[in-house]
Amino acid sequence: MNAAKNNEATELTYRDACREALRDAMSRDERVFLMGEDVGHYGGCYGVSKGLLEEFGPERIRDTPLSENGFTGLGVGAALNGMRPIVEIMTVNFSLLALDQIVNNAALLRHMSGGQFGVPLVIRMATGAGRQLAAQHSHSFEGLYAHIPGLKVLTPATLEDARGMLWTALEDPDPVIIFEHVMLYNMMGTLSADAGALPIDKAAVRREGKDVSLITYGGSLPKALAAAEELSKNGVEAEVVDLRTLRPLDDETILASVRKTRRAVIVDEGWRTGSLSAEISARIMENALWDLDAPVARVCSAEIPIPYSHHLEEAALPQTPDIVAAARGVTG
Amino acid sequence: MKPRSRLALHVPAPSSRPGDKPDFSGLDIPEAGEIRRPPCDTAEAEMRDLPYALIRVLDDEGAPQGDWAPRLSPDVLRGGLRAMLLTRAFDERLFRIQRQGKTSFYMKSTGEEAIAVAASMALGAKDMCFPTYRFVGWLMARSHPLLPLVNQIFSNEKDPLKGRQLPILYSAREYGFYSLSGNVGSRFGHAVGWAMASAYKGDDKIAMGVIGEGTTAEGDFHEALTFASVYRAPVILAITNNQWAISSFSGIAGAEATTFAAKALAYGIPGLRVDGNDFLAVWAAIRWAAERARLNLGATLIEFFTYRAEGHSTSDDPAKYRPSEEAGAWPLGDPVERLKQHLIAQNEWDEARHEALIAELTEEVRAAVKEGERAGVLGQSKPSVKEMFENVFEEPDWRLIEQRREMGS
Ligand SMILES: Cc1ncc(C[n+]2csc(CCOP(=O)(O)OP(=O)(O)O)c2C)c(N)n1
Repeated sequence: MNAAKNNEATELTYRDACREALRDAMSRDERVFLMGEDVGHYGGCYGVSKGLLEEFGPERIRDTPLSENGFTGLGVGAALNGMRPIVEIMTVNFSLLALDQIVNNAALLRHMSGGQFGVPLVIRMATGAGRQLAAQHSHSFEGLYAHIPGLKVLTPATLEDARGMLWTALEDPDPVIIFEHVMLYNMMGTLSADAGALPIDKAAVRREGKDVSLITYGGSLPKALAAAEELSKNGVEAEVVDLRTLRPLDDETILASVRKTRRAVIVDEGWRTGSLSAEISARIMENALWDLDAPVARVCSAEIPIPYSHHLEEAALPQTPDIVAAARGVTG
Repeated sequence: MKPRSRLALHVPAPSSRPGDKPDFSGLDIPEAGEIRRPPCDTAEAEMRDLPYALIRVLDDEGAPQGDWAPRLSPDVLRGGLRAMLLTRAFDERLFRIQRQGKTSFYMKSTGEEAIAVAASMALGAKDMCFPTYRFVGWLMARSHPLLPLVNQIFSNEKDPLKGRQLPILYSAREYGFYSLSGNVGSRFGHAVGWAMASAYKGDDKIAMGVIGEGTTAEGDFHEALTFASVYRAPVILAITNNQWAISSFSGIAGAEATTFAAKALAYGIPGLRVDGNDFLAVWAAIRWAAERARLNLGATLIEFFTYRAEGHSTSDDPAKYRPSEEAGAWPLGDPVERLKQHLIAQNEWDEARHEALIAELTEEVRAAVKEGERAGVLGQSKPSVKEMFENVFEEPDWRLIEQRREMGS
């Protein structure tokens, strides 16, 4: 769909918003191109680039050989030579094949070349579970990437962010990874016609509350918002913090919320052990321990390879009732 | 000196797109029997023509031609035909089952059945296959019962993989069939490692690794070839070149420049290029490579040239990126029809028996699906939640025990 010319809001999906962001970037800047497996005629494995081949041609919407480490490395090369590549990796599990290029190369080139070679590369990928695709297509490794200095890690969870974070990422001089949660793609919403670039270093409070902070990101945001509604029925007003960016973490927003509500529940689809949720929890301990009225609670995925079967997948993932229960646990 | 031109980026495009007439005129297809068959202990340096050839046995009349023609008994051939037809009947039924919403996902191997079936029959019971998802024919040829496959496809409480894995990504160790991966290519090297272990132990078992032509672009492929070459691993490394990797044609994987079999040249191992729709040619090539491996002469890379006659999976609509008549125009025909024609030409088969066999196999599949449905289709009967904490380790650690307790099960 084409962006409306007036200021009216249009109804669309998160997937459409991702596509609008791509289209806008490609139209704005000749240096931008998209490459990945099946991004052309197929339109990308989650349909994000559908129609863009016709608009921008096969050189700019480029189908690649099946070689995640290969084309991520090519992206690094193209970025070094003045382009603004967007590399699409089908799903986060496959990005592990490209870890050498992402972690041992893109993330540290600037530093190890004494500032001579920066890598303005954007890598987009789907993440998360819920579509019955079994362990090798369903994990959440955002926390793993957030561990790596030299990377910026974005997790747009709203249509505005899907539309607005890409351009800012492309303007960034360093590598940026954008995670699109698979359960968000069909989410409907509206986007005003003048929707545009948004910051990539700030968390957002999606719902104000005074009793407990639900700190989350990505595919867990709608679940946390639903939990907040549920809690509200029993007089518990939850504040929902959408991290938006996992690296750098916006400590200020997190801590301000926790200091206000004095209770925190972290909702993270990653596994608990050694996770992003552990990092956030530690920062709260380090900076706001005396403001807390209860220990920090966490809702994470079961520490097993995410199973295929729907009911097992549901059981393994953080769900709204789990968040409600955890929030009740800390609010007493 | 000529003036230098501006640089231009080349992006490969297939010979035809939806709406065009299928065009295979660029393919160079030799006559059946035309390609020489060197003894399997020939030095690699003396066989460097083979990666560019196309080994074919069955001619247009179904008669076997040339040195590669294996001498197989009619019973073996009928067994092969049966396994291919069973694979096809199974694929057709289970594909429809997905369309009925009784499972979430399915992948067919239509048009490629000869490769898995002939390989399964040509190798030994103790040899190990590291397959792709288009290799269910291997199991059919070894009479794997249908019901456990159906139960996995339904992910019901009798699912042997307990609801953990996608439908069709089977694991069947007892049948020499390694656990299938959703990440393509990542288990190709396992075949080489397994084969090297076999050699180290002084065993007599060999391995076969399988990979799609699209996946040869992954590092795994090249790494596996390196190790197979260096250690002369007793392994057959097979590429099923079915022309398409989801929506990208073989040119995106490098086919414009050379053949996939020719990748062997750089590693100094023999490369064969074989008509994958010709049961006899597949059999002969596998036997040749297996014999070579068993003689301690190391690995062979075989490209099986075939065509993916259907969509990539139930999630795919190939009409978006290739002409819908392309499968019918494939110049190497259909593997089932070609073996049938051969048997009929030998007076070992006829239309009536063929129809009767199809009816019998269709019924066999129907019965297995019915029985699976009785246990429950997707979402009806469920593997237990408690069991999802099992097999993370052989013995669960405290964290798993704690989680299971927290889940109240
Ligand atoms: C590492 C990895 N990258 C991408 C995918 C997505 N994917 C699944 S099948 C497939 C195409 C494979 O094509 P090919 O190797 O030619 O095998 P074919 O399906 O044609 O038999 C792709 C890209 C994947 N499963 N794993």
